[in-house]
Amino acid sequence: MPSGAGSHNPAGIGRSLPERGLLLLMVLVFLEGSVLPLGAASSPDIRHQENVDNHKAADPGHNFTKKAFPVLDLDYKHIQTPFEISLWVLLASLMKLGFHLIPRLSSIVPESCLLITVGLLVGGLIKLAGEQVPPVLDSRLFFLCLLPPIILDAGYFLPIRPFMENLGTILMFAVVGTLWNAFFIGGLLYAVCQIQPANPNPLHAMELLPCLLFGSIISAVDPVAVLAVFEEIHINELLHILVFGESLLNDAVTVVLYHLFEEFAGAGTVTVMDGVLGVISFLVVALGGVLVGAIYGILSAFTSRFTSHTRVIEPLFVFVYSYMAYLSAEMFHLSGIMALIACGAVMRPYVEANISHKSHTTIKYFLKMWSSVSETLIFIFLGVATVDGPHAWNWTFVTVTVILCLVARVIGVVGLTYVINQFRIVKLTTKDQFIIAYGGLRGAIAFSLGFLLDKNHFPMREMFLTAIITVVFFTVFVQGMTIKPLVELLAVKKKQEAKRSINEEIHTQFLDHLLTGIEDICGHYGHHHWKDKLNRFNKKYVKKCLIAGERSKEPQLIAFYHKMEMKQAIELVESGGGVKLPSAVPSTVSMQNIQPKKPPPAKPAERALPQLPKGREEEIRKILRSNLQRTRQRLRSYNRHTLVADPYEDGFGDLLLKKQRMIELEKKIKDMSNYLTVPAAPPDSPTMCRARLASDPQAYSMKQGSDGVPTIHVDLASPQSPDSVNLMDEFRQASQQQEKDEDQGLMMKPPSRPTGRRKPGETDADKDQQKLMRCLSDPGPSAEEDEDEDEPFLP
Amino acid sequence: MGASQTRTESKYQDLADRTGFSPEQIKNLHKRFQHLSGNEDTISRANLNSIPALANNPIKKQIIEAFFDKRNQHQDEVGSFGEIGFEQFLMVMSHFRPPTLKTTEEEKEALRKEKLRFLFNMHDTDNDGTITLEEYRKVVEELLSKSGAIGLEAAKAIADAAMLEVASTNVPHMAPDDFYEGITFEHFEQILQGLEMESRMHIRFLDVDTTTMRCGKSTS
Repeated sequence: MPSGAGSHNPAGIGRSLPERGLLLLMVLVFLEGSVLPLGAASSPDIRHQENVDNHKAADPGHNFTKKAFPVLDLDYKHIQTPFEISLWVLLASLMKLGFHLIPRLSSIVPESCLLITVGLLVGGLIKLAGEQVPPVLDSRLFFLCLLPPIILDAGYFLPIRPFMENLGTILMFAVVGTLWNAFFIGGLLYAVCQIQPANPNPLHAMELLPCLLFGSIISAVDPVAVLAVFEEIHINELLHILVFGESLLNDAVTVVLYHLFEEFAGAGTVTVMDGVLGVISFLVVALGGVLVGAIYGILSAFTSRFTSHTRVIEPLFVFVYSYMAYLSAEMFHLSGIMALIACGAVMRPYVEANISHKSHTTIKYFLKMWSSVSETLIFIFLGVATVDGPHAWNWTFVTVTVILCLVARVIGVVGLTYVINQFRIVKLTTKDQFIIAYGGLRGAIAFSLGFLLDKNHFPMREMFLTAIITVVFFTVFVQGMTIKPLVELLAVKKKQEAKRSINEEIHTQFLDHLLTGIEDICGHYGHHHWKDKLNRFNKKYVKKCLIAGERSKEPQLIAFYHKMEMKQAIELVESGGGVKLPSAVPSTVSMQNIQPKKPPPAKPAERALPQLPKGREEEIRKILRSNLQRTRQRLRSYNRHTLVADPYEDGFGDLLLKKQRMIELEKKIKDMSNYLTVPAAPPDSPTMCRARLASDPQAYSMKQGSDGVPTIHVDLASPQSPDSVNLMDEFRQASQQQEKDEDQGLMMKPPSRPTGRRKPGETDADKDQQKLMRCLSDPGPSAEEDEDEDEPFLP
Repeated sequence: MGASQTRTESKYQDLADRTGFSPEQIKNLHKRFQHLSGNEDTISRANLNSIPALANNPIKKQIIEAFFDKRNQHQDEVGSFGEIGFEQFLMVMSHFRPPTLKTTEEEKEALRKEKLRFLFNMHDTDNDGTITLEEYRKVVEELLSKSGAIGLEAAKAIADAAMLEVASTNVPHMAPDDFYEGITFEHFEQILQGLEMESRMHIRFLDVDTTTMRCGKSTS
């Protein structure tokens, strides 16, 4: 995926030595790629001669003339295919690296353009070398190998909420818009071909059906091109999902139209019956594709429920099931793209709830890697195929095509928006319409479909290909390059970069329920009502089947909260713990600032607790607070001045220290006579150990327990984690302990293993444990060592 | 007959001007109001409570309370009604109108403020102008109330984390002794500005009367 343009070179001018080396390497790869096929061409002949000679020498009388044992041999044929594939992939990856060495260029020209140019160059080089250009954009290779990773990446990470909210609009654009484009372009092209009666024109031979076929090929917006260009311009979510969703869903229309016209171009006529069959076929293709994808998605989710003991192959299930969904759909001539999207979107919420954190990261990075390489390869191959492909340039045809594409798109978008806006609540403005129209890029899918045409049925195939390539080049180069400045010029709303906060999540959920409630009061079954019904169905039945263990009951808000805390914890550890604040806004606000100062009235709980006199509590709290603050400061100075070690280790030391502190405190509490009737939790129970993990250094301030009950059930790294433990005890003993605490010094003892982790322990701690285990339990081939490794940071 | 019809029409027109609905929408809502109130002039909390579809809603109480909250009537009063008439019903509903193509930027801002104010009032139950930690905890607890025991334990932690976040974003540098009283309306606006309330907090009000289309089946 093209990353944002950025300058890696601090100086900005002149390249440093490593970068020159990289450029040299790329040139070498170029040459190697073009020269080796030459070598391949020549060497077999030589070897063939040798073999013949050997045979001639060997045959008469079986006199084996012993030739010199080949110490070094060149056998290119043996490894040719994998070698060339690897070479292409390497070239693509080096290109991606190389572009960012030239920062100015990568900010003006989108990556797709640069890649096509590189492809042109490579194709040109190969042709110059006299070699035959490999048929790289072979349709089978394209549709079976290059396209699926990109679509899977898009489908798996599809933002479901905006997609569903705008589904009506997206479908209108995808289905009606593409149909309109196809017929408008095809029809008008035919009309244009028929005029000019004066000059004898090869175009006169064109019939209506091939024109319509051509129109259907060229009319579909291409997801690869859209992704490549829109990724870099960061427009707001609505427009992005509209154009992108359209590019994904129009595949069904394209498939049906293509097959329909291809079939009947031979026959020559299309009847009404065929039209009706076409419509039915469209529904079958679209819905069938979605169904196939959904089935595979559910299978994958169900499989992931049982992978708790073999975490390493979890990502594999995701990839293989998705790919099989694609292939199965293609087998039945259903829409493979829609199957892939449906599969990814359906399985994602359940799989994410089941798999470990590491598998999640693996899936994410593999998908991004594959789709990035695929996309790069596609654009390079486009360039190569342009140099290669048989071309038949016809000025009229090509220019009319380009103009008609633009005009059809604009008219289609404007007309459809007018209709859609009657039904939308948040209307599409003119600016939005312009971006949607302008973002209708064509790409490699159109070219591959054209490539698939049979020369016998379509004698003007070359002309088609030329026209398609011209349109693709035009949209990618002209529209791709100018869309960024246009977005700036029109001041289109950009994507909001803010991280999702817990407040937003709470209020999103709150709004959902509120709007559903208001709809119910109003009495009509709207959008929210059905969404709510679906959610309840999901919670009640589906989640229980597909999600393992206790997590099936976990509400979304809590899941989000845990994810966020995890992220913060990991950030904290990576940043070296304690030295840098993990929050986006550095602030000194801590829990003590929020908690009310007045002690709440003692609630009649199962465990009766005595109340400390108010003044004493204040005093104790102040002491504790200052103690910890001093500790924190001392730790910081320890890190910066005393120890010369890398921040990673410092953070490690920090965490260990805090852990140490808490362990000592708890031990002392246990030793003291039990003032309370509350049984103190064993110091090594999983909850206690988790409690020691601070996701936030501020969390170590003492918090006044709001209900006075020292609760043991804390969530993973909540901001109040260590505090709720045995609060009352600590208040009393704090004053005696503070001197002892200060003298504790810096003992680095290895963290005690939470022995309670393996035992089932208390039932209520069970589910927390499961969460913990899922986060941590990613045993490699040797489970024990890996778990040891994981221990220090997340005990 | 003619006289009473024109009277209702002019009343509708008056309401339409004040709340921004179209007369057709008001007519539909009036029909719904009559249905809910059992053809009385006012509805009480019991009427709204009896809507079966609302039974599954975790924040049902807050929603119903919002209808009877005087603060949502744009009249600077506080307290709550015992029963509300159609006009008050409509006023509360008007908070859920979407922006149109013709809404200007300032109007959008005003619309967003109004909707946020509605939400704020729902959270700020004691009407002291701030959402305290207790009130926020209550909000999250209610949200998770349908999720059993897991929900209740986590609710406190989540509410505390959320409060911490609000405080950190709005008042980044607080001395250890300072106390963050509660979320004021400005802070509330600040933390929710990413959500674009004016485009999200709305429902579709029908111009066409669908109740007659349901063949007399008595719905919620």
